[in-house]
Amino acid sequence: MPLLKVTIDNVEVEVEAGTTIMNAARQVGGHIVPPAMCYYSKLEGSGGKCRTCLVRVAQGSAKDPRPMPKLVASCRTLVQDGMVVENTTSPEAMDSRQAITEFLLINHPLDCPVCDQAGECHLQDLSYVHGLEETRTVEERRVFKPIDIGDKIKLHMNRCILCYRCVMVADQITDKRVHGILGRGDHSEISTHILKAVDNDFSGNMIDVCPVGALTDNTFRFKSRVWFTKPFDAHRNCTKCSGKVVLWMKGEELLRVTGRKDKYGELDEFICNDCRFDHKATADWTIEGPRAIERHSVISQNHYGKQ
Amino acid sequence: MQENSKVPEFNSETLDLIAQIIKRYPEGRQKSALLPVLHIAQAENQGWLSPGMMDYVASLLQIEPIEVYEVASFYSMYNLKPVGKCVIEVCQTGPCWLKGAENIVAHFESRLGIKPGETTADGKFTLKTVECLAACGTAPVIQVGTEYHESLTTEKVDQLLDQWKAENKISHKNPYL
Amino acid sequence: MATKILLNNIEVPGLANFQVYRELGGYTALEKALKTLTPDELTDEVKKSGVRGRGGAGFPTGMKWGFIDKQSEKPRYLVCNFDESEPGTFKDHHLGEFNPHLLIEGMILGSYALGVKDAYIYIRGELFYVMKILDKAIQEAYANGFLGDNILGSGYSLNLYCHPGAGAYICGEETALLESLEGKRGNPRIKPPFPAIVGLYGCPTVVNNVETIAALPWIVNNGSEAYAAIGIGNSKGTKLISACGHINKPGIYEIELGLPVEEFIYSDEYCGGIINGNKLKAVVAGGSSVPILPAELILKTAAGEPRLMSYESLADGGFKTGTMLGSGGFIVMDHTTCIVKNLLTFARFYRHESCGQCSPCREGTSWMEKILMRIEGGQGTMKDIDLLVNIAKHVEGNTICPLGDAAAWPVASAILHFREEFEEHVKLQKCPF
Repeated sequence: MPLLKVTIDNVEVEVEAGTTIMNAARQVGGHIVPPAMCYYSKLEGSGGKCRTCLVRVAQGSAKDPRPMPKLVASCRTLVQDGMVVENTTSPEAMDSRQAITEFLLINHPLDCPVCDQAGECHLQDLSYVHGLEETRTVEERRVFKPIDIGDKIKLHMNRCILCYRCVMVADQITDKRVHGILGRGDHSEISTHILKAVDNDFSGNMIDVCPVGALTDNTFRFKSRVWFTKPFDAHRNCTKCSGKVVLWMKGEELLRVTGRKDKYGELDEFICNDCRFDHKATADWTIEGPRAIERHSVISQNHYGKQ
Repeated sequence: MQENSKVPEFNSETLDLIAQIIKRYPEGRQKSALLPVLHIAQAENQGWLSPGMMDYVASLLQIEPIEVYEVASFYSMYNLKPVGKCVIEVCQTGPCWLKGAENIVAHFESRLGIKPGETTADGKFTLKTVECLAACGTAPVIQVGTEYHESLTTEKVDQLLDQWKAENKISHKNPYL
Repeated sequence: MATKILLNNIEVPGLANFQVYRELGGYTALEKALKTLTPDELTDEVKKSGVRGRGGAGFPTGMKWGFIDKQSEKPRYLVCNFDESEPGTFKDHHLGEFNPHLLIEGMILGSYALGVKDAYIYIRGELFYVMKILDKAIQEAYANGFLGDNILGSGYSLNLYCHPGAGAYICGEETALLESLEGKRGNPRIKPPFPAIVGLYGCPTVVNNVETIAALPWIVNNGSEAYAAIGIGNSKGTKLISACGHINKPGIYEIELGLPVEEFIYSDEYCGGIINGNKLKAVVAGGSSVPILPAELILKTAAGEPRLMSYESLADGGFKTGTMLGSGGFIVMDHTTCIVKNLLTFARFYRHESCGQCSPCREGTSWMEKILMRIEGGQGTMKDIDLLVNIAKHVEGNTICPLGDAAAWPVASAILHFREEFEEHVKLQKCPF
């Protein structure tokens, strides 16, 4: 198959047929990559919902050079040969991204100071780049009570942006889904309807795929701000998963175990709940060494972070 | 969320009807029958879908209970909380509003002593406001069970209420029968 | 008198019964098609007739049929969109209730043209009583050999079923409808792929509105040329207009496309003028989603030409001074109407009906409703008016499906044409009506 040529923010890249604009941009990396709040390459059918990755297609293809009439979701739009895409170079796309960020925030509690996700929250990152400096709403926010879904996972529905990733994890990674999106429109929520425990060997991955602090690890709750912990790559022999994880240490204490994420915040591999929740002694792990963290990350603020 | 204590079970006539409905869809696509079956289940369960009833529907269609909850909570015709014997649904969208729907709602409120979303203390009536019922030419319109009542006035509302009280109106009946 | 294609005989008592429909010439189009037309010839007839989707989008029906994937080995489906829920629109309700066999005959014709073996009519759950009328008519059609195996000895077989919705406007969006028909939440799918390639159960599917389907028997009986001879420009044939609001004669009218709007509103043959001799203030001409127009712009275009009931004339002037024919839901407002309050009911409707899947629609519809509630309630500020325009602008075009546009246009147009009324609410700190 011949490669398709696509230009994104004046950077040319050749990709295989069937590649989305988002993934073409990721092949290049850097600022031309649109943010993804709902898309997750390892979850089938994800994307298209949050609309933060909208870009302008200035030229549809070499064959049909007309621009596309509307902004398109880069995570769900396939590259055509000769396509010209404008992400950060399109004022229209940037204006929409600012609006989408505002939409995602109008019902968000902005409780970052007490949120365990702070410091590794994609909504924080998004707001930092695309958010308005002041709120334009005076309206009351939607309010839900935090609940435990299973003994290890806390659901803060107030923070949820309805990306559907955790639903897809339950559908695609675990053997039975007991939670889902209930209700409709602005009353939609993640729920089990009647209180049921999400209890499954792989359910903990819902925490890792959550772009915000809606699903957090109950065993790590309020233990530490993430930037006071140091991440180490580690592994163990596990019969259920690869056993390759990140250990989040504070001094000698192992506070949290997560999967390993790439620079787009996606897990390299899904890990099992045994590794995540039940091995909180460093002796259980073979530590490979400190994990490289991107220098701009808030997590690197209090320690090294050689890349 | 309230739980029904006993596990529901449909009679053979209803089960036959459901079997017939499932046959309308291709093999393995029995989930397609979910909306029709939930209409029947709601009617058989005093007008609302209890978790127990939804779990039963899930077992009939061989799907997970969460798939039923997701769907039942999406569609506005399904009640996830108990309702009165007679559910009165008043349309309030633009065309009905232009023709005085607010007066109709207010009249129901004062006659029944309840607000939309509430049920009378005797459990006889539930008042709901709903969105467009596609009968705008004969606004204002209400729906009770499968019946439409159109071109309403406060006098007509009085007549209907008197009649429903007299006959002990029940709005939830299996709509297929 | 205008040609009656859809409402012909609608007042004949018992038309919903097979015998009555048959005696009035029903199912002759089907007989003709099965005997004299190949499926491709029938598709060509539909293309040549120029009939366009009557659900609101106005997409040419023949072209839509042409997109169906004929290479696919999978079964194909035809689904009738009877999820009529657009405020102001009640034409399909009427047609299905009083002339169910016309819809059924149309479904058989469409299915034959598309090579469909199983077809569905998806009808909104609130219209369960109409579904029972359709179900009975379908049974009659089976009993008389017009449905089932080997229809009229032609070798063509078709099964037709009704499927009820359960209260969700969004299921009128064709991919949400297909999701719903599969027993799921009515979340619109991300397109492409379009249903013609990946539709019901992943199979090639065409979704057509009731009124579109119901026009097929006449087109077959009278020929595509006869159909295309009615109407004006690219607006061929007749259209059902459901008229409501402050008019003397609300109801469903079949018009030849091209009828002057003024005649439609004031003539006794149609709406019969404004109630109590009141003054016309505004019209929403094509269902709640389309831009509202003030009296002067609905009767005449900005250029001073008489405005006609056609796709092109109603759209003349774009969104600055024009609107859309949409679904034909014609909502008339007299001078006593508060535009802000009317808009608030629409905003509430769209917030209530948003599926919640994508952020601009989920958050934007609810935000706009809340601001309008404040303005109508006397707590609005001048800034709120501009904020509404700004939110509408950012919802429009940025959503998965057209519900975002449908929610944004009424807001944008009401403020464009009636800004002073919003400002008056703010100045008086109450509703002036």
